[in-house]
Amino acid sequence: MIDCVENRLLTSRRGLLLGGASFAAWAYLPKFARAADGRDPRLIVVILRGALDGLSTVAPVGDPDYAGLHGSIALTADGAHPALMLDSFFALHPSMPEFARMYRDNHAAVIHAVATPYRDRSHFDGQDVLESGYAGPGRVQSGWLNRALEALPRGERVSSGLAVGPTTPLVLRGAAPTVGWAPVALPQADDDTAMRLVDLYRHRDPALASALSQGLQLEKAASGDDMKPKPGNQVAQMRQVARGAAKLMAADDGPRIAALAFDGWDTHANEGGPVGRLAFLLGGLDGAIAEFESGLGDRWRNTAVVVATEFGRTARINGTDGTDHGTGTIALLAGGAVKGGRVISDWPGLKPANLYEGRDLKPTTDLRSVIKGVLQDQFGLSDQVLARTVFPDSAAARPMKGLVT
Amino acid sequence: MARDSQAALVALNRFGFGARGGASGDLINAASDPRGFVKAELARPFGVLLEAPGLQSTPQLGQAAFAYQDQVKQAREAAKAATPAEAPSAPPPAAPKPDNTLRRNLSLNTVMTEIAGQMAEAKPADGAAKPDTMQPNAAAPPAAKPSPQPLNVIQKTFRAEALARLQRATLVDCGFTERLVVFWSNHFCISANKGELARMWAGAFEREAIRPHVLGRFAEMLKAVEQHPAMLFFLDNQQSLGPDSRAGQNRKRGLNENLAREIMELHTLGVGGGYTQEDVTSLARIITGWTFAGRQGQLGVPGSFAFNANAHQPGAQVLLGKTYEATGLAQGEAALADIARHPSTANFIATKFVRHFVADDPPPTLVARLRDVFVKTDGDLKAFATALVDSNEAWQAPLTKMRSPYDFLVASGRLLARVPEDPGGYLGNLNLLGQPLWSPAGPNGFPDTSAAWAAPEGIKLRLDIASQMGARLGNNIDPLDLLEFAAADAASVETRRTIERAESRQQALALLLMSPEIQRR
Repeated sequence: MIDCVENRLLTSRRGLLLGGASFAAWAYLPKFARAADGRDPRLIVVILRGALDGLSTVAPVGDPDYAGLHGSIALTADGAHPALMLDSFFALHPSMPEFARMYRDNHAAVIHAVATPYRDRSHFDGQDVLESGYAGPGRVQSGWLNRALEALPRGERVSSGLAVGPTTPLVLRGAAPTVGWAPVALPQADDDTAMRLVDLYRHRDPALASALSQGLQLEKAASGDDMKPKPGNQVAQMRQVARGAAKLMAADDGPRIAALAFDGWDTHANEGGPVGRLAFLLGGLDGAIAEFESGLGDRWRNTAVVVATEFGRTARINGTDGTDHGTGTIALLAGGAVKGGRVISDWPGLKPANLYEGRDLKPTTDLRSVIKGVLQDQFGLSDQVLARTVFPDSAAARPMKGLVT
Repeated sequence: MARDSQAALVALNRFGFGARGGASGDLINAASDPRGFVKAELARPFGVLLEAPGLQSTPQLGQAAFAYQDQVKQAREAAKAATPAEAPSAPPPAAPKPDNTLRRNLSLNTVMTEIAGQMAEAKPADGAAKPDTMQPNAAAPPAAKPSPQPLNVIQKTFRAEALARLQRATLVDCGFTERLVVFWSNHFCISANKGELARMWAGAFEREAIRPHVLGRFAEMLKAVEQHPAMLFFLDNQQSLGPDSRAGQNRKRGLNENLAREIMELHTLGVGGGYTQEDVTSLARIITGWTFAGRQGQLGVPGSFAFNANAHQPGAQVLLGKTYEATGLAQGEAALADIARHPSTANFIATKFVRHFVADDPPPTLVARLRDVFVKTDGDLKAFATALVDSNEAWQAPLTKMRSPYDFLVASGRLLARVPEDPGGYLGNLNLLGQPLWSPAGPNGFPDTSAAWAAPEGIKLRLDIASQMGARLGNNIDPLDLLEFAAADAASVETRRTIERAESRQQALALLLMSPEIQRR
């Protein structure tokens, strides 16, 4: 670590896992927590960095062009690893049984063919737009979730004694106080980062390429099969982060709002279909959502989880059995507060003429509409506040109604 | 003036501690006048000294250590005098039960404490090496959180000394003089793991015996080092008695050749430098009585260098063919002065110096030139360092040297423009990467070849640490700006592309820190 982690409570913490969780320390109980229905809403925002392939997560198996475009990694409704049919048209990745169960119980929903207003294909800028809530890149002083927090009505003061965390995702940065927590372990670099580095070394520094490759093999030999959740590997870490976050949010005076980020979704090569790399990560995401559910206990009833990513990926697979940077993708909602059991989509179709710039799933829904709808229904924020403060200049992207009970 | 980014990389990385981020303009300045950028620090000899509030002298530190040891001893004796009570052992931690029901009145503090148990990782408070820190404890059941032990005076001192050194390295312009300090400090290394006094004195040793002479004379540095209590303690010379000295006669103890051997083998002449076992024994006799005053202060101020005539071997000694008359302390000082001037010393030092800065296989012409400068200037280390910077070989040799862990961590901190406020993270990472601060495994110091630092597990650990830095710090930085600060147009196309294509700023930062442009110097 480069600097000292300031904290009063956890003096022996060090490091953080990939995708640490940050919480907004909300010093006030929201007014409606004591309203007649006793609702005390909670919101968890999960950012998937790297651009999730929405077409491989919730596959439009009913679209005649899908199988041809997604080729070797397309999901199918039959075969050895059948995708889980959500309706007659969309099927969920088989690595996500927990989400499928929530969907059947009407506590999970999918919004398909969504995108932020960002239309280029840079991860950094795309994540800035997704998290800042501004229509374009370059605004990185504060995030929409922090500004939503500031706009909340204030009720009784509750204590907020959380330690300052190692990093706060942009979505939560800003004037409202945030506190963080991260599980301690010696976090290991994820495979994707390691592979990119091996590739760079192969071109520029053969000696380091061979040293790093050997180092990675030694580790694999020590930890066994990498595609199984094991302590310390990425999927186990995702669950662990979610478990800790849920525990803290379940406390009477705990934070009501949390944001966390999971990395590794930039599947340019060997993305895999029903099994493989993306399947592995989706299993981790599914496990994390299940941890939120079990960790929040009774609170789950009033919780909404929003899963979003900076942009989608190409409709057609590339020459290395992966997908490149695209535009339209999915957002996922889960939680007891979610009006689920639905795939909400103005489906654009996958005919060449219908693809964005002839290559990507065309976005037909503004992701800001989805998030604004959730914020409005969960916390009662007004159209005006949402359109001016939380998502500046977003009046045209009207809040989507009825996402939350 | 034409800008030369490749030469700027050499200036900043081969000679210095890497470009600072922020608005330093280091790379641009170095590119405009690479040699001048490096040499600027050589013109400020007092800039090498390190004084910071709270850093004390060796005698003061020695006295504090003696007082601490006395307290511990008294406490132990008091406890022994009392009836020994069985210490209750902590109950084994219960496995956490999944609890899906809402517990009433569960407070955040309760949860934090609960979680903290799972997160706590007991580690030595001063970052001393702990062999099993490499095991992620993610799956460990929650243990009762150990209450952090307050640091004792020795741990506090070690951390303060480490912090002062790290802050200096992070803030200094080019870092050439700090690199020289690290080189000489490792050449004349002690190990803080030798014992409490060594840990207490490790920083002071460098401040007092190394820094004042880095741009001074080799012979002066040699004398300061061999008379420093930290070195005398590290290589056991305070136990060495002349067999025919009064103390030797009384105690039936005799010579300890440890320091004498290392002076010739590691500090000056080098293996094969033309000395024999006879010479080692002879030098050991010559420096009997070189010690430091203990807690009683019989030989002088406690914790200061002392010459104990009662332990000194009487009589003249023959060393390397020359007879040294019995002049007490001066006998050893004369011997050291001659060894410092020995041609083998010039050769050994020049070879090691070029190997450290330029290449594992040092260019013979450059070694020869530096050897000649060393001889002609009677070990003027500023002239010696200047000759290296003035040479063409040092600028033309490809950047093949692997940065040591210390180099890598400091360079990362500089690039990220983060001034350390707590040395704990650095110390822990240095332990992990096999270069615990001021604590090499043997008196030959840390290795100086790329092979040592480019080992598979070492590189993998470096990547893990770079990933942590990326995760912690990456979301506030523009990785391409940092690449500009670090290498500008000297960065390879592949490195630039790898960073541009990273899936997140966090990942981009990790990849930048691991890039050959940062790892090699």
